[in-house]
Amino acid sequence: MEQIIIQTLHGLVNGMVLAMVASGLTLIFGIMDIVNFAHGDLLMLGAFVGASVLGVTGNYWLALVAAAIAVAVLGALLQVTTLRPLIGRDPLTTILATFGISLVLQQYALWQWGPSVRRISEPVPGEFTLFHLQYPWYRIATALLAGLILGGLWLFLKYGKYGIWIRATTQDRVMAQAMGIPVPLVYTAVFAIGSAMAAASGVLFGPFAGVTQTMGFDFTLRAFIVVVVGGMGNLGGSILASIFVSLLEAYAAIVVSPAQAVIVSFVVLVLTMLFRPTGLFVPTPK
Amino acid sequence: MLVLENVDAHYGKSHVLHGVSIEVREGEVVGLLGRNGVGKTTTLKAIMGLVRRTGGRIAFEGRDLGGVAPHGLAGLGIAWVPEERRIFRLLTVLENLRTGLDRPGTTPVRRERLLEKIYRYFPILRERRHQAGGTLSGGEQQMLAIARAMVLEPKIILLDEPTEGLMPRMVAQIQEIVHVLHRDGVAILLVEQNVPLTLDAAGRVYIMEKGAVRHHASAADLRADPRVIHEYLGV
Repeated sequence: MEQIIIQTLHGLVNGMVLAMVASGLTLIFGIMDIVNFAHGDLLMLGAFVGASVLGVTGNYWLALVAAAIAVAVLGALLQVTTLRPLIGRDPLTTILATFGISLVLQQYALWQWGPSVRRISEPVPGEFTLFHLQYPWYRIATALLAGLILGGLWLFLKYGKYGIWIRATTQDRVMAQAMGIPVPLVYTAVFAIGSAMAAASGVLFGPFAGVTQTMGFDFTLRAFIVVVVGGMGNLGGSILASIFVSLLEAYAAIVVSPAQAVIVSFVVLVLTMLFRPTGLFVPTPK
Repeated sequence: MLVLENVDAHYGKSHVLHGVSIEVREGEVVGLLGRNGVGKTTTLKAIMGLVRRTGGRIAFEGRDLGGVAPHGLAGLGIAWVPEERRIFRLLTVLENLRTGLDRPGTTPVRRERLLEKIYRYFPILRERRHQAGGTLSGGEQQMLAIARAMVLEPKIILLDEPTEGLMPRMVAQIQEIVHVLHRDGVAILLVEQNVPLTLDAAGRVYIMEKGAVRHHASAADLRADPRVIHEYLGV
């Protein structure tokens, strides 16, 4: 029982961070039909920028905001220079392009920050006792903050003028253009928002495991799984799927080792692709 | 105001418009008649920059539309009500209208006034304003598509088969709206299969066949002598 409560908490915290990563990925996919394989590397870059800013200023929250803004600007530049010219081409071209960006970002991080693991210290100190375990408050704070950021994103998409532009463009690009919505600009903005979400997740996740230039790939993969499970381009579905998959992994870790528990998410992915290819949390299309 | 000169267009490799020339003057309602698949919709799409134009010229108020980005047309005063309506299905009725209302340069007061005007013409849209566009009936979606074009306060509306598949009561309502728009000085290029409606609403009519304009006359002449209509449309 104790184990289950601990693992539930664990799963929820991981799920919230994963949901933040996946939300950017799914938003970009929904509007541009681009699977961004560099998403995890934008997260990694955000974590490094955050660690550097933290090193200079000592202020974690400043580091969080700075990383999000810096990576958002970089994301916008990448979109304009690399992806915008590829719009309307074979999707494979954009996949290759984002894969290329991923490699470039990793090599840049290696060159700029070196191969050693960077630490981001926890901004919220202290631990509380959960049965036999000392559980850091920071993890709880992370989950709450991720929830707040996701809530903010949701409100923006639901009620903001530009949120409506984004949703309209996602549904019908041609009609959105006819209504005067500057679609190329919306694409760039969405890519920037997705990049900022990735960077913020990187800084939030940094204290859990440390920052390395190869940390991105794992996140790309995990985010990709939950985006497929939740339904490509479906924000709410991705968030639910993140929590669902993370909880499953956490419970599986009770029985098998955590490394083996990851297999669970792949099993869920395969089953989803086989039986519900539009996603677990999408009503079956009529 | 809107001038098409010898417009040629291609869908992939097939040549779909052959030297189409059409003119719509300020505040004028112009009908575009023809059977299915003769290029009426394609003509509108060519104006919207949605098909590959391979020859000729399209100009609006003297400005060549060739260099205008697709999202720039609304700002020039050109609104499009497509045949398939293309409602943003997951957006509410109000959000559908906001896609055009929230453009730069409109003040909140003006937006409010415009919205009131729309709701006065289409009371059903006020009732359904928080409902997703995809849940509306066909007729309501058509109203919304027209209302969505109207919030752009366009100088011309490209209206593509607005009465297709609608009940007679709805058709009458659409006809009424076309009259109101005309009275307000909005030009309309009306693509229709409904001949009586077109002859009633339009001042001039172009008749298309096989991707080209075959006949051009005033609506009054066509009403007086329906033989041409019979020849090209078989009605």
